[in-house]
Amino acid sequence: MSVLVYIDQANGAAKKASLEAAFYGKTLAAAKGTEAIGVYLGEASADEVASLGNYGLSKVLHANDALFNNFDSKAFAKAVAAAAEQTGAQTVIVPFNQNGKQLAPRLSVRLQAGYVPGANTLPNDSGELGKSVFSGKAYADFKVQTTKQIIGLSANSIQVEKNGDSADVESFNAGVSAADFATTLIKKEVLEGEIPLTEAERVVSAGRGLKGPENWGIIEELAKELSAATACSRPVSDIGWRPHHEHVGQTGVTVKPNLYIAVGISGAIQHLAGVNQSKVMVVINNDPEAPFFKAADYGIVGDAFDVVPKLIEEVKAFKASN
Amino acid sequence: MKILVPISKVPDTTAKIAFTDNNTAFDTNNVQFIINPTDEWYALVRAIELVEQGGGSVTVINVGPAENDQFIRKALAIGANDAVRVDAEPKDAFFTASQIADYAKANGYDLVITGKETIDYNGAQIGAMIAEMMDAGYVALVTSLSVDGGKATMNREIEGGEEVVEASLPLVVSAQKGMAEQRIPNMRGIMQARTKPLQVVAPNGASPLVNISAYHLPEDKGGCTYVDAENVGELVRLLHEEAKVI
Repeated sequence: MSVLVYIDQANGAAKKASLEAAFYGKTLAAAKGTEAIGVYLGEASADEVASLGNYGLSKVLHANDALFNNFDSKAFAKAVAAAAEQTGAQTVIVPFNQNGKQLAPRLSVRLQAGYVPGANTLPNDSGELGKSVFSGKAYADFKVQTTKQIIGLSANSIQVEKNGDSADVESFNAGVSAADFATTLIKKEVLEGEIPLTEAERVVSAGRGLKGPENWGIIEELAKELSAATACSRPVSDIGWRPHHEHVGQTGVTVKPNLYIAVGISGAIQHLAGVNQSKVMVVINNDPEAPFFKAADYGIVGDAFDVVPKLIEEVKAFKASN
Repeated sequence: MKILVPISKVPDTTAKIAFTDNNTAFDTNNVQFIINPTDEWYALVRAIELVEQGGGSVTVINVGPAENDQFIRKALAIGANDAVRVDAEPKDAFFTASQIADYAKANGYDLVITGKETIDYNGAQIGAMIAEMMDAGYVALVTSLSVDGGKATMNREIEGGEEVVEASLPLVVSAQKGMAEQRIPNMRGIMQARTKPLQVVAPNGASPLVNISAYHLPEDKGGCTYVDAENVGELVRLLHEEAKVI
């Protein structure tokens, strides 16, 4: 009856989305009077795996095997399904991140378990889960019709609390071999030192109002002061001022940070589709008629080259005094 | 190479979203529908390009009622060779994926290319479900795809970076921006589309696993609080004291 949590990891460290999934799993398990168990695939230190107890997992099944160092949805689905069977889990929590989105639907098929992708609430008394639909323009209550369920947990949906506990680490034989892997990794490029956009709690984004790529220094500096990731609008990535992976919007990345600051972005509906689940939106634009102000929580009508440097100084002063 | 491209019918990005039947159903009145953008712009166009380069055929498949034929004809006008419509209301992702996977398995497709997600339910799940049903590999968020001798090479977006991966066919891929450029159907394509084969098949008996009990519109956020450009410190104070995000 336990709750199983898939811990997505990179280079032997659990991703932030996995910690949220663990805490969500623990909260759900506590409400059901059961325990939350993690499944961790890939090489990692015993300390790293045990530290997931901090987020409420009582036990973690660990396949400490280099075979799992690179993600493959087919092999991982087989392994996580085996863990669900071994633990008798009726509910599996999967972070709704890039690997999770590939894994969870496969688990749904394999376990014949209804899947709610991108849930952002705990189940209500009727067992319904909330999720954003129509690209952030509405919400829907999803009800799983099967006994088993898979929950894809949307980022920044739950405030994590650490408790100082340590999880029991149990060696896990997933019954998966190299032949179960469908993909081979040829090359991996990770941008060092940058906060991944999809995991960021704060995002500073800019658009054509910045006038040219040489002017991004103030955006990067503001982002650094706020420990934020940088992003951009579609036209900016299309003309090559910024890399494609920074493009947020309907055809780019969907973000859900606590704070989204948009500088020199008019707020086309396609852009809003990628950002309108942000908790707080700040818009800085010299055009008072920019549609983005209608969606914003806070707005400054003014020139970015005047306002952003002032904002950097104010954030520095704030940090110095807090 | 035989490529299958599932297409979904979705409300246009600019559509006003409203609900009916006591907030239990999407209100389709006055809603303009389109082919899901990433299905049309990236998945379909790249499939057509691969066939133009290496031979084979592109089939588009849709699960939906007869009114969807107009969207299927548009996909044929863009350049797909033939089409299939599974004559059923798409009940949930599992139901829909099951229809597509059954067709793909019965007709020996090498490659299935979907868009990265639909802009109505944003689930990003059909492709992976089809892959599991086909016992095939699945690679999501692919920005470039080439196929050579039964092997596909792809660039895939990951958190904070990018990977290059290889996989054998059969394979399911989800496409996003970068994979291809949108094609507008020309008059010749539109004329040809009228006579291209569009087969209608009956659904299998799969049961949905999930349903939606109610919809809600977001609460009104109460409008924008403006801060004077000469008083930027006030914004920092509000973000700290009122919004509590810094």
